[in-house]
Amino acid sequence: MFRWIVITLLSLTVVGVSVWGYQEHQEKNAILIQAENEYQRSFHDLTYYMDLLHDKIGSSLAMNSREQLSPQLAEIWRITSMAHSDVGQLPLTLLPFNKTEEFLSQIGDFSYRTAVRDLEKDPLSEEELATFETLYKMSGEIETELRKVQNMVLNDNLRWMDVQLALVNNDEQADNTIIDGFKTVEKTVEGYSESKINSSLMGTSSKKDGFSMLGNEKISKNEAKEKMRNLFNLDKNEEITVTTTGDGASIPMISASFHDEKRSGYADITQNGGYPVTLMINREVNEANISLYEAANKAKEYLAEKEEFGNLALIQSNQYANVGVFHFVPDQNNVWIYPDTIQVKVALDDGDILGFVAKDYLENHHDRTINEPKVSEEEARSKVNPNLNIQDYHLAVIEDDLGEEVLSFVFLGTMGNDTYKIFINAESGKEERVEKLKQAEIKY
Amino acid sequence: MKYLKWCGIVGLFLTLPFIMTEEQELNAFTGQVIQHGATGEDVIELQARLQYLGFYNGNIDGVFGWGTYWALRNFQYEFGLEIDGLAGATTKQKLVNASEYDRQFVKKQIESGNKFSHYGGVDNSKQSQPSENQSPPNEQNNQGTQQQNTPEAPEADLEPTAVNVPQGFSQNDINLMANAVYGESRGEPYEGQVAVAAVILNRVESPTFPNTVSGVIFEPRAFTAVSDGQIWLTPNDTAKRAVLDAINGWDPTGEASYYFNPDTATSGWIWTRPQIKQIGKHIFCK
Repeated sequence: MFRWIVITLLSLTVVGVSVWGYQEHQEKNAILIQAENEYQRSFHDLTYYMDLLHDKIGSSLAMNSREQLSPQLAEIWRITSMAHSDVGQLPLTLLPFNKTEEFLSQIGDFSYRTAVRDLEKDPLSEEELATFETLYKMSGEIETELRKVQNMVLNDNLRWMDVQLALVNNDEQADNTIIDGFKTVEKTVEGYSESKINSSLMGTSSKKDGFSMLGNEKISKNEAKEKMRNLFNLDKNEEITVTTTGDGASIPMISASFHDEKRSGYADITQNGGYPVTLMINREVNEANISLYEAANKAKEYLAEKEEFGNLALIQSNQYANVGVFHFVPDQNNVWIYPDTIQVKVALDDGDILGFVAKDYLENHHDRTINEPKVSEEEARSKVNPNLNIQDYHLAVIEDDLGEEVLSFVFLGTMGNDTYKIFINAESGKEERVEKLKQAEIKY
Repeated sequence: MKYLKWCGIVGLFLTLPFIMTEEQELNAFTGQVIQHGATGEDVIELQARLQYLGFYNGNIDGVFGWGTYWALRNFQYEFGLEIDGLAGATTKQKLVNASEYDRQFVKKQIESGNKFSHYGGVDNSKQSQPSENQSPPNEQNNQGTQQQNTPEAPEADLEPTAVNVPQGFSQNDINLMANAVYGESRGEPYEGQVAVAAVILNRVESPTFPNTVSGVIFEPRAFTAVSDGQIWLTPNDTAKRAVLDAINGWDPTGEASYYFNPDTATSGWIWTRPQIKQIGKHIFCK
């Protein structure tokens, strides 16, 4: 009797467990299939967009009328951005696929720059046409390679989940068709060396001015240590760790860190000239005792001690809980130099400096000769949307869409409860940019 | 005896005005100069007083934003003060003389989460609208008992109902990044956490990665914390601070867009990237 009860119970358990296991299995499969479908969609979308891109570039090469060319270029720009987002959704991060992604963003930049230009006045130059033709050829080859991979995927029922697994297990032997296919695509793009695409026309390398103010004099490790102690406000006994940067760094720097019970810190200074680039101090900040205004003054004093910065204007101040963050720009005869921003972070409990960034300043700063504006303030004002209530203005050097420095009028105006910053080019009167300044966000 | 009593009464009358003015001063601003970007009760009072006079039409939220800034400048202009957009001693005195601040009303509205205004000459009952998401009664009860337990403690400052966020980001973006940073690098020193946040932002900027914070974080196989679910751990304050620092421009990595842990890295390819530096356990590369 007892035996039968046990046998029944056990068999019931076995049946129950198998039903449960089967359901789990079904659920897992459903999720796997969904993930797989997501990958498949991105991949097939990508190939479709590359195809479309190739055709569109081809037809715009053939176009003569300017009115048609601009919308076509805008369309190319839209397609590249779609293709780009599809690449981002494929599990390729650890595959060397960045050349292809770079290519996509290059087409994007190129088509954007030419689409927003008035081609009536300023048609495509010979060089630009040559660049465009190269892009046409490249997109064609990428398209062909991708179509090949796609064909294999479809014929052999290849699954992206297997790519995922192959990459996770890092199985070099496993001859994965998709991975190989993508490597071929990448090689194709690599074949076009940088020189073939005129890089100055692509807007990739022109942006950085490149730390011209640093000079060539290297500082020694001991000097660096001394400077770091000064930055951290530490005495001689305290231990600090010093390292230097490797090959990948855009400029050689020396980094230092320290940790004690109350605070820890990290700083970078340049090897050439020993200029501080970043400083961070981390500690608990107690309740605010001083106002943001006092903190801003502390930040100003701190920067004034470092003579290299000269005259500075405060362009932004924000209180985040118990710290204040301030953005300064150089003020050169009442012209504000926006690209040379410096940030300072101040603790509101005792006014200590908690951080400092001068990377943009060191990178962009150089002696600038600032011309008188060719457009009068009145004229510039008339270019601003008349619905805007202009409250204040100043002159500034800013970077335009293409990363070139331009002198412009900056108008601050309100419309309803919103505040806007409008940049009007002081030489051509062109409206360079309009920014809506963010209001505070409701606490959730 | 009678003489003494009279003395007392006279004395009381003499001190009464002092007591009253003292009370009035308690209601007014603290000594600080209030500037653009500040948060706190002083800002609430500034906004309420500016609204009382009709200069400020935005929400009374305790964050000195652009709306408050222009309102203050217009007030300074109308009252013949120096127009600097700072609420210093003179400006505050003028403001206190010209307007009223009904702290109890404002306090009640903020605590119950109502939408409200504070215009002069308008009945209070017309200036408040209960919000849709009232705080649950439970919480109110808690507040009640708390107040009963500490009747002698000085009254707490009013909390702002909004927060500053860096241009182009919302609190949710910051939280999502804090999740990723915490999942990826919670054992790392502070600078290591800022570094991870900076890498996420560098990727958003970079042409070879998606152009949004969420796109970068959820890119398949980009971050281990995302693939193994550690991203959904609750981040601590340090991670949030690190993210805020990175958004405000701190980048200890020197513009890296990759990093890896040399002890656990499985991909050989990652070693071929030009390395910038090591922070904590992570090596950062171009």
